[in-house]
Amino acid sequence: MAHAIDTHKGAHGHSAHGSHDGHHGHDHHDQEEMKTFGFWLFLITDVILFGTLFATFVVLRLNTAGGPTGAELIELPGIIASTFILLTSSFTSGIALLEMNRGNKKGLILWLIITALLGASFIYLEVTEFIHLVHEGATIGTSAYWSAFFTLVGTHGLHVTVGLVWMTALIIQLSRRGITPVTKRKVNIISLYWHFLDVVWIFVFTIVYLMGVM
Amino acid sequence: MWDKIKDFSSEFFVTGDPLILGAQVSIGLTLVAIVFTLTYFKKWRWLWTEWLTSVDHKKIGIMYIIASILMLFRGGVDALLMRVQLAAPELEFLHADHYNAIFTTHGVIMILFMAMPLMFGLFNIVVPLQIGARDVAFPFLNSLSFWMFFFGAMLFNVSFIIGGSPDAGWLAYPPLSELSGSPGVGQDFYIWGIQISGIGSLATGINFVVTILKMRAPGMKLMQMPMFSWSVLSSCVTIMFAFPILTVTLFLLFLDRYLGAHFFTLDGGGNPMMYINLIWMWGHPEVYIVILPAFGIFSEIVATFSKKKLFGYKSMVFALMSISFFSFFTWAHHFFTMGSGANVNAFFAITTMIIAIPTGVKVFNWLFTMYRGKLSFPTPMLWTIAFIPCFVVGGMTGVLLSVAPADFQFHNSYFLIAHFHQVLIGGVVFGYFAGLYYWWPKMFGFRLHEGLGKWAFWFWNIGFYVCFMPQYALGLMGMTRRFNEYDFDMGWQPLNVVSTVGAFLMGLAFIFQVWQIAHSIKFFKKETSGDAWDGRTLEWSIPSPAPMYNFARLPQVTSQDDWWEKKQRRLRGEAELPEVAAAEQAPLEPIHMPRNSGIPFIMSFSWFVAGFGFVWDWKWMIVVGLAGVIISMLARSFSYNTDYYIPVDEVERTEAAARGAH
Repeated sequence: MAHAIDTHKGAHGHSAHGSHDGHHGHDHHDQEEMKTFGFWLFLITDVILFGTLFATFVVLRLNTAGGPTGAELIELPGIIASTFILLTSSFTSGIALLEMNRGNKKGLILWLIITALLGASFIYLEVTEFIHLVHEGATIGTSAYWSAFFTLVGTHGLHVTVGLVWMTALIIQLSRRGITPVTKRKVNIISLYWHFLDVVWIFVFTIVYLMGVM
Repeated sequence: MWDKIKDFSSEFFVTGDPLILGAQVSIGLTLVAIVFTLTYFKKWRWLWTEWLTSVDHKKIGIMYIIASILMLFRGGVDALLMRVQLAAPELEFLHADHYNAIFTTHGVIMILFMAMPLMFGLFNIVVPLQIGARDVAFPFLNSLSFWMFFFGAMLFNVSFIIGGSPDAGWLAYPPLSELSGSPGVGQDFYIWGIQISGIGSLATGINFVVTILKMRAPGMKLMQMPMFSWSVLSSCVTIMFAFPILTVTLFLLFLDRYLGAHFFTLDGGGNPMMYINLIWMWGHPEVYIVILPAFGIFSEIVATFSKKKLFGYKSMVFALMSISFFSFFTWAHHFFTMGSGANVNAFFAITTMIIAIPTGVKVFNWLFTMYRGKLSFPTPMLWTIAFIPCFVVGGMTGVLLSVAPADFQFHNSYFLIAHFHQVLIGGVVFGYFAGLYYWWPKMFGFRLHEGLGKWAFWFWNIGFYVCFMPQYALGLMGMTRRFNEYDFDMGWQPLNVVSTVGAFLMGLAFIFQVWQIAHSIKFFKKETSGDAWDGRTLEWSIPSPAPMYNFARLPQVTSQDDWWEKKQRRLRGEAELPEVAAAEQAPLEPIHMPRNSGIPFIMSFSWFVAGFGFVWDWKWMIVVGLAGVIISMLARSFSYNTDYYIPVDEVERTEAAARGAH
């Protein structure tokens, strides 16, 4: 069936109107568009998810129950480094998209790999930070503040990790199938996801780290 | 070794209660019977290929409805057990622990595993047919949603015989639901059962928003869409904004219980009231999520059986959408007594009163639709007419509850219990029954026996009032919810006995419904016209049951109530509108369809396994389950062979067979 999709990809374009324009390619075109739209809606739900976690964090930010506070334990330089790494990865995923629109499969895959590597180093830094905090005596069970901290930051980290697995799977698919309407939609969607996580991180950085620590 | 096994099984299985033992035995026997029947008739393959892996919205809808009726049975039995206990508290029919478990599971099952799936079942069956589409936007995701719901519901229900039921109330307020208050596994079953099915609901919400916005038949403008589809849109938008909050809230409670976090604990800086805020930020929109589609169903039915266009279409749309907006700003009226202060209470009291206004608008729209209509009263219309006064009274008592100072008296009394049962039964259950009766011929291609349906209708209605009217009085007399005992001197017993009689009348009504369905299957009366009620919208323009691809040619829509207008043109002998005629005479084309897939079933089952592992804290099982989830997702990502085309000659054959039945 993938073959059928490929053969029809040239047959349709934005000029096609109505529902009966006599070739199947149009169905696929609509479907890919619909999936992208569906993903936008998913992102809305993810905004609510993070919004709830942020609200929880803000409510509990002072509840350290006499234990360590964020300002005492968190070391900002590492966080700033990982922030720049993640922002850069958003930029590289943008370049990947430009390469894709130019039809350059190799460039696309290369920039996706760079994006994934930057994402992996972000995760590495986050895990190191968590280990450091645990050694300093701040775990998820220490106090409400740390529960909220680890959950909010960790949920973002989990999202990035999911994104990495997904991106890896996509790189394999791209190398096998090249740039087709289907893989193109998939790359578009993951780059939406990636930018979204970047935006969430900016809020994490501001609310959790800058406002909480400085 | 033997002792170890004995210890384990006495902890694993629920023991020591004859009622539960009976249930365990009957569940075991039923399972054996099902396995035997499927094997004997060699139906396993059929079950797998035709149903379990199906991505057809009509089949998924039917599976939702079957599951929800089973859950209605279980939730109903829970209710009857409670009523027996309350009619004669001195008998100790249910001891306190068992009573706690039963009111908890009754609530969860009725809202999340009965009302929600019945609603999704109707969405699935009706929406694509009504907007002239061949399936939902994401058929694979649709199947995944169903199986997530199914396995979530099973995980929740299994707690009844394995490990022990949750017993901290249907919304599981901490600190009672924390490890300190509920050390058993029941609460973990609660968390994972709801979490897994909740993810499915969220996906359904997204799926139907895209379906409605992107897949309407050519020519159908939003403001020409059937009202049920509008109500589905408003409900699904509400799902999208509300369900993520539930996901987070349950996740945080899980972290408290599993990893010792301090979100809602009394120590370590936790804040139990934050849970109550969060759960109602989901919970209040949730009640509107289930009622809005019922409003849509009534709108369809009232127009069909009045033979008139729905009165006030635009105001109806506006009312639906404004309810879904305001539903997010009323949550704190569930706990005016929390002590948030006068200003907060005043805000939420006023928003609660405001939300009654659009609902009132709708009631007038339905009444004016009937005014001077050519009325007929088959069962769907009876339910609609019974709904209006019932819901008005229920709504009015809701407005009484919204008066914050007065609520300090009503709070958690039987007045509240009577109120929300009146809007949930009188609104949601009556609505979905009306919808089920109305679309039944479309789903299955045969009619239900009207006489038995009327018996069921009257038993439900009389039973309802006999059951819940006394509870308003009991509430004002000071009876509070969630107590299994009261002293005889309180003077509550006579009204409680009346209430219990009413509950059994509703139980009898349910038996009539089951009888009605069995009778109608036995004396199968094929519905040949496809248009069982002389309907107004597109679903009635195709054969019943609808062929797999729904519409051989996508219809060209020109107006609201398009099918009705077309029939009118035919009756008047007018020539068909040129664009409609062109669409009807266009040559058939191969139809693009999604392929069936076993991945949704396997992935949801993996979630079940992982959830079960989390409940018992069996690490190996968690790993196996989550690995299954990840592998399923990757398998889906790597599969490109996900759709096919039905060739023209097959479409022609199917159409000829369906139309030939005339």
